[in-house]
Amino acid sequence: MKYEWEWQVFLRDDGGGRTYLEWVLSAWGWTLSVSACAWIVALLAGSLVGTLRTVPHRGWQRAGDAWVELFRNIPLLVQIFLWYHVVPAMIPAFKGLPAFVLVVFALGFFTSARIAEQVRAGIQSLPRGQRMAGQALGLTLPQTYRYVILPMAFRIVVPPLTSEAMNIIKNSSVAFAVSIAELTLFAMQAQEETSRGIEVYLAVTTLYIVSAFSVNRVMAWIEARLRVPGTIGGGK
Amino acid sequence: MKNISVLIAALLAGAGIAASASAQELTGTLKKIKDSGRVVMGTRDSSAPLAYTLGGGKYTGYHVELCEKIIDTIGKQIKAPAVKIEYTLVTSQNRIPLVENGTVDIECGSTTNNAARQKQAAFGLTTYVTEVRMAVKANSGIKSINQLNGKSVVTTTGTTSVQHMRKHERAAGVDFKEIYGKDHADSFLLLESGRADAFVMDDNILAGNIANAKNPKDFVITGEVLSVEPIAVMFRKDDPAFKRAVDDAIRGMMRSGELEKLYARWFQSPIPPRNSNLDMPMGATLKGLIANPNDRPMEDYAKK
Repeated sequence: MKYEWEWQVFLRDDGGGRTYLEWVLSAWGWTLSVSACAWIVALLAGSLVGTLRTVPHRGWQRAGDAWVELFRNIPLLVQIFLWYHVVPAMIPAFKGLPAFVLVVFALGFFTSARIAEQVRAGIQSLPRGQRMAGQALGLTLPQTYRYVILPMAFRIVVPPLTSEAMNIIKNSSVAFAVSIAELTLFAMQAQEETSRGIEVYLAVTTLYIVSAFSVNRVMAWIEARLRVPGTIGGGK
Repeated sequence: MKNISVLIAALLAGAGIAASASAQELTGTLKKIKDSGRVVMGTRDSSAPLAYTLGGGKYTGYHVELCEKIIDTIGKQIKAPAVKIEYTLVTSQNRIPLVENGTVDIECGSTTNNAARQKQAAFGLTTYVTEVRMAVKANSGIKSINQLNGKSVVTTTGTTSVQHMRKHERAAGVDFKEIYGKDHADSFLLLESGRADAFVMDDNILAGNIANAKNPKDFVITGEVLSVEPIAVMFRKDDPAFKRAVDDAIRGMMRSGELEKLYARWFQSPIPPRNSNLDMPMGATLKGLIANPNDRPMEDYAKK
């Protein structure tokens, strides 16, 4: 089948005085903003919960387990709808919040459950002797975590975190469902308005690849600098 | 994989046509229907009352029934009376590619006939005309698009309605916020929950959603007509024999009054699944089209 390309479609006016090129760039910006903000939420919440799951107190461990199971067992799209439609109806304080903030929470907490698991695995991969040595030196539990365990654990879990950082960019596409003007929404809307679906989807795909791959490169650089000699992947 | 095999079948059928020298023989889609004894109808799942599903793979609606009648007429014409109809669900995104590549023989949903699409597919005679307007809450007091300054306007992702709003917005100097629902039901929920002040869409879709709302009296369809769009069935381009057969079947129904009866059944009587009545009498444009059928694209309506 012969296909007639029409890339000039991006220079066309969408009716409101901006071109589709300007629109796709703004949509890219939304995708990156949602991803970046959700990543910060996910990293903070995930590190905290992952750490709590390893402390020697039953209550904290249970709370951490509950968090992980709650956010890991509900499909992401359902979580987004819960944040958008259900939470504001039940908690009045959320009513005035823009959709962007709600999506950042939804995506951030969803990813935090996965990061928590990785952080926990990182901490538990350390020999028990390290924790004991810290306590034998007279450090309190928070001090042991701060100066002995976490600096090692975080360096070990950088490779799985790379995958999560790339996933969050791809997962941000579900934000279209609650009217965030990001790349997927742009693709669905612009292909219909212009009837040049193949060009529009190719452009959007390229932008997703560029974004995810850039994150991959940045994380690879961080990984190379933080590698712990003598541990997984640190043999070089 | 199934799509590919259908495509290959279509290509082989195409090669078969090239090989046959006789001008009397059926060509293109007509030949395909006669040879395979079946026709693939592309349809929609939530474009009530034009085409929608009742669940369990059952599709119905004004355009679905119209197509069933068209196919029946064509079947008799090509002496293949037992033609089997295969229903395939299509979406706004895939309907044109599926028609182009031969997966779907005739698309009977809610497709606007416009100039851009005519480059990729062919349309039958216009059988429905929709007007793009807005639905608002009855107590909002909004009566015109010019009152939307600073308000939120929702439309459904993957539809063309909002383009008309943008043009209007710029011309009238009104500034509103565009938000997008993922489907019509979602858009209506945004209006119902107060996240949007107006829902801009084809009037039949607005009427359908309002009829299904908890309190239909809380909503009104109001404001200027933003655009008039001819809706038609769609099929492959460059197949004049098939187009003639479809158009003749539609023309026959227009002449016999059957089309008006079909319209009254779907737009002015209770329809499944909830037995709601849209109560939308036929507009002047469609009446004119039944008197003088044509397949002109949307752009021609704007000039009038």
